[in-house]
Amino acid sequence: MSDVLVVADHRRGDLRDVSFELLTAGRELADAADGDLHAAVVSGNVEEFAEELNREGVDQVHTVDYGEEFNHDVYTQAVVALAEELDPEFVVTPNSVNGLDYAPAVATRLGRPYVSDATGLDYADGTLEVTREMYGSKVETTVDVAEGPFVVTTRGGEWPPVEGSGDAEISAFDVDVDEDAVRSTVKGFEEVGGGDVDIGEADFLVSIGRGIEEEENLALVEELVDATGATLSSSRPIVDNGWLPKNRQVGQSGKQVTPDVYLAIGISGAVQHVAGMKGADTIIAVNNDPNAPIFDIADYGVVGDLFDVVPALIEEFGGEPPSV
Amino acid sequence: MKVLVTVKEVATVEDDFEISGTEIEETYLDYDLNEWDDYAVEEGVQLAEAGDDVEVVAVTIGPERSEETIRMALAKGADRAVRVWDDAIDDVELLDVETKAELLAAVVEDEDPDVVLSGVQANDDSFGATGVALAETLGFEWAAVVNALDTEKVLDEGVASVRRELEGGVEELTDVELPAVLAIQTGINEPRYASLRGIRQAQSKEIDVQSLDDLALGADDVASDLDVTAMYEPETESDAQYLEGDAGEQASALAEVLREKGVVGE
Repeated sequence: MSDVLVVADHRRGDLRDVSFELLTAGRELADAADGDLHAAVVSGNVEEFAEELNREGVDQVHTVDYGEEFNHDVYTQAVVALAEELDPEFVVTPNSVNGLDYAPAVATRLGRPYVSDATGLDYADGTLEVTREMYGSKVETTVDVAEGPFVVTTRGGEWPPVEGSGDAEISAFDVDVDEDAVRSTVKGFEEVGGGDVDIGEADFLVSIGRGIEEEENLALVEELVDATGATLSSSRPIVDNGWLPKNRQVGQSGKQVTPDVYLAIGISGAVQHVAGMKGADTIIAVNNDPNAPIFDIADYGVVGDLFDVVPALIEEFGGEPPSV
Repeated sequence: MKVLVTVKEVATVEDDFEISGTEIEETYLDYDLNEWDDYAVEEGVQLAEAGDDVEVVAVTIGPERSEETIRMALAKGADRAVRVWDDAIDDVELLDVETKAELLAAVVEDEDPDVVLSGVQANDDSFGATGVALAETLGFEWAAVVNALDTEKVLDEGVASVRRELEGGVEELTDVELPAVLAIQTGINEPRYASLRGIRQAQSKEIDVQSLDDLALGADDVASDLDVTAMYEPETESDAQYLEGDAGEQASALAEVLREKGVVGE
């Protein structure tokens, strides 16, 4: 029997959605390996979290009642101790920002192979086959990981969350946390980029990405925004470059938006961006690369040069394209 | 103080490309400094500029071709460069995280830096794990997905006071003790362009090439647990309705869609 241990993600009092997706991925692995599915939750209101994690297909929930919020030193110690106790074939965490901050340390400490950001998992005859993307999502690969046990992180949004309630055994797991080895201290949290515009409230977002090339060219998109009464948003590189403030950023590390129409101009559609805008009712993409991943989720596609299409669109709405 | 920056030459893929077996054919690949590492180099150089007697050492794992990439780090202000390579590494198709951490740890142990900066992830294999695995291998502290670092505290107090960029526009404020590995997120700074003078100077700087022997490692240490078994272009799931014609016709059709959806008035 080869068990699976999944570790939930939570923040500021709430379990994150990826935790319930993780239960699905974990159950699939447990079925393939003929084992039990163990879920663990570390820090925070662990009893309440454990009740929420008690969903269909979960055999046991382990709670580690230590501290309030994520601290990677505590998580590493707790998950390593649990893995040593339960000896699961798989330790699985979300490929979230916090997952990135402790799962590699867990793998190193346990001396197990580590594969991150899985979009698919298959297990047979002792070999784990992981589906992953490479080269900025341009290719998909399958990677065989020989000789478990394994540590794996899973990409959010790739597995459906488990919904139904379960009858798992819930138990407290005592970890004798070595305080001397806790050399990081979380001081607090801050919401960033509040600003005067809430792109989360907009019905019509015109969103710009790397394809705009130069800061000066933003004037073109701003004219379109003026002519159509839209709200301007962007993908990450535009904010990284300091061309727009953080409160305009759509994506995993920015805002989640749900407009009626999302017009993505010069945005390739990296997975981190898509995570923030896939809830839009209608997605329209303008991009000169016909293979850009944004077209996979678009309802309408315009394959063309934004420097030709956008001026023409401005004129359609009675505006005057600036010369860029 | 010494700052070590790990940099990686990454392959970038042209829009149209072909796959041969489990690799993209060489003719469709270009090579460049990993975007995340560019920010890490800048952060290291800014630390050197803010402090007295701060040395910045760039280290990479890569074949001779990657010297072009590490010279970019030198041109931008790194003082020295180390390149790790060996025929035994060349034989490995996909280096696993453990191996990368072992190789870099051997260099860190030689160099004994106070701070190691690495990019959060590399654009080619996207493991996003080397920094944290390296820290754990060394017994260093760490922080991943760092989008702000208090330079003064690093220099004056020996504490890395960082912001970690969480999902959904929330940042975590965390202090980590040095020595530490910080995995740097894009946007933490504005990476400089290498000046012509810097590029010229970088050409004449020596790159210290280290083999497995030099690092007291053996071929067994680079045996990877990973085996790429297939590579393919993702199947397009697009059911997008494409608006055809020249730019004017496309814009006209697009305007019609926007009016139909009721988000733009007549």
